[in-house]
Amino acid sequence: MATAALAAGLVAVAVTQQVSRAAASAALDPETLPQHLTGTGLNAADDPSTVAPGVRQFLPQYPLWSDGLTKRRWVSMPEGASIDATSELAWDFPVGTKFWKEFSLKGRRIETRLSWKSSPSRWQMASYVWNEDETDAVLAPPDGIPGLVEIVPGRRHSIPSRSDCIACHGASKTGPLGFNALQLSNDRDPNAIHGEPLGPGMLTLAELIDHGVLAPAPTHFIADPPRIHASNPLTRSVLGYLVGNCTMCHNGGADATPLGPSLSIRDLLEDADAAARTLTDRPSAWQVPGSPEGHSVVVQPGRADLSALFVRLRSRAPSSQMPPLGTVVRDQQAVDAIGRWISNLSR
Amino acid sequence: MLRGHLTTWVLALGLAAVPVSLTWHGSQALAAPAGTPADPAHLDRGAYLVRIMGCNHCHTPYKMGPRGPEPDMTRALTGHPGDFKLSPANSAGDGWVWSAAATNTAFSGPWGVSFAANLTPDPDTGLGKWTEEMFIATMKTGRHQGKGRQILPPMPFENLGNLSDQDIKALFSYLQSLAPVRNRVPSPIDPAEVQR
Repeated sequence: MATAALAAGLVAVAVTQQVSRAAASAALDPETLPQHLTGTGLNAADDPSTVAPGVRQFLPQYPLWSDGLTKRRWVSMPEGASIDATSELAWDFPVGTKFWKEFSLKGRRIETRLSWKSSPSRWQMASYVWNEDETDAVLAPPDGIPGLVEIVPGRRHSIPSRSDCIACHGASKTGPLGFNALQLSNDRDPNAIHGEPLGPGMLTLAELIDHGVLAPAPTHFIADPPRIHASNPLTRSVLGYLVGNCTMCHNGGADATPLGPSLSIRDLLEDADAAARTLTDRPSAWQVPGSPEGHSVVVQPGRADLSALFVRLRSRAPSSQMPPLGTVVRDQQAVDAIGRWISNLSR
Repeated sequence: MLRGHLTTWVLALGLAAVPVSLTWHGSQALAAPAGTPADPAHLDRGAYLVRIMGCNHCHTPYKMGPRGPEPDMTRALTGHPGDFKLSPANSAGDGWVWSAAATNTAFSGPWGVSFAANLTPDPDTGLGKWTEEMFIATMKTGRHQGKGRQILPPMPFENLGNLSDQDIKALFSYLQSLAPVRNRVPSPIDPAEVQR
């Protein structure tokens, strides 16, 4: 199978015929988004109720909070292609790679999002909105659909605009956010906030390495899988939550937010406690209510209520909340955990 | 006049002062270049766009002049003065929807209270650490730094999003050529009913 691995299903049972069928159904005009989800290659051409051969489900260990909606995620790659893992924590995907993420509320599908690397320098992103009967999902307008479904009383889920997709994912470089060495690590965090157990057939980092999908292969991750090395389980899970929900922007990268705090996955893998300390007493440009003016900090040990990180995570007021988009409902489980973590910190 | 807050007539007066302020903007162009040298024509284009798009009307604090409120060009494009204290605005009721501070740099309405940003290249309080890519993304998406909170009224990002990339780059080059001024603008304040 060599590096054809992912498109070829990565599993021994994948056969050439299946791969060819998946590739054929997934062949898209590089500039045009299909009008229906069925045209994107997610589902088998001869049975739209099943996932196409060669399309694999995965589950990041530290999921992004999406207001409690249920999510499923899949990936496919062109036959014979491999992921450039020269930077083993920042992968570069081959042209033709596609990711899908399905959002459901109370068992009913709402939307399925597509991220598609249509050229070496472009990720196209769109959402397909399911009809009431869930028989079809149609391409959403570029401006999205505000307030499509009520999630909890007074709070509604919106289909994002394509510019909002790009705001988080980037148009040319970043692409998927929950598909990397840490998120797919086989050393999964049992205390991950909103973490779920792996299901049958879900992709892992070890499988990607074993099947040569990553080139060069970071084989040392087999014996020593990526893990947030923290002094206690709470710190590990809290920092993991920040990875899943904050580091798409706050990552210290070239296009990161310039004035905000940042965490790099590399630092978290080496010494998570040291990385966490960079947040402690770090000045925050955002004024924390109750803090002396001009003296707000990101994390004030022992005082969650005076820590910008906590106050903004707890908020769902539009100009204050973090993350700033993609959520309208407070993540109470995360608020409780992060509040406890900050309260336990000592100087 | 410069104490507390005023209602929207200040804004109306400010707009009436446009012809006066335009002549000042011309002399302000290319003040104290800093950073990477840029094509003079590119900078001129940026300065021109700043003038015609009215950036100074919100990003430069107003003062009271002989003909009414006018931009204080000694503080050009420095945003809402961080040391200018405001009492809560009275924007709602009797047909009024929003109000503006005497400086015309702070605005209260259904979105809460917004403060005009410091557009000078001060690294801590202005655009000094911004990249050109980030500035373009901000103009195109209407989101702070291209990926953060929504930019709030009265910033006309719906209009600015139609600028060409070349014009946005010219704007950015020009703003980066200004002298950096340290002025920490407050964070926006959410409406009371949605705070927390």
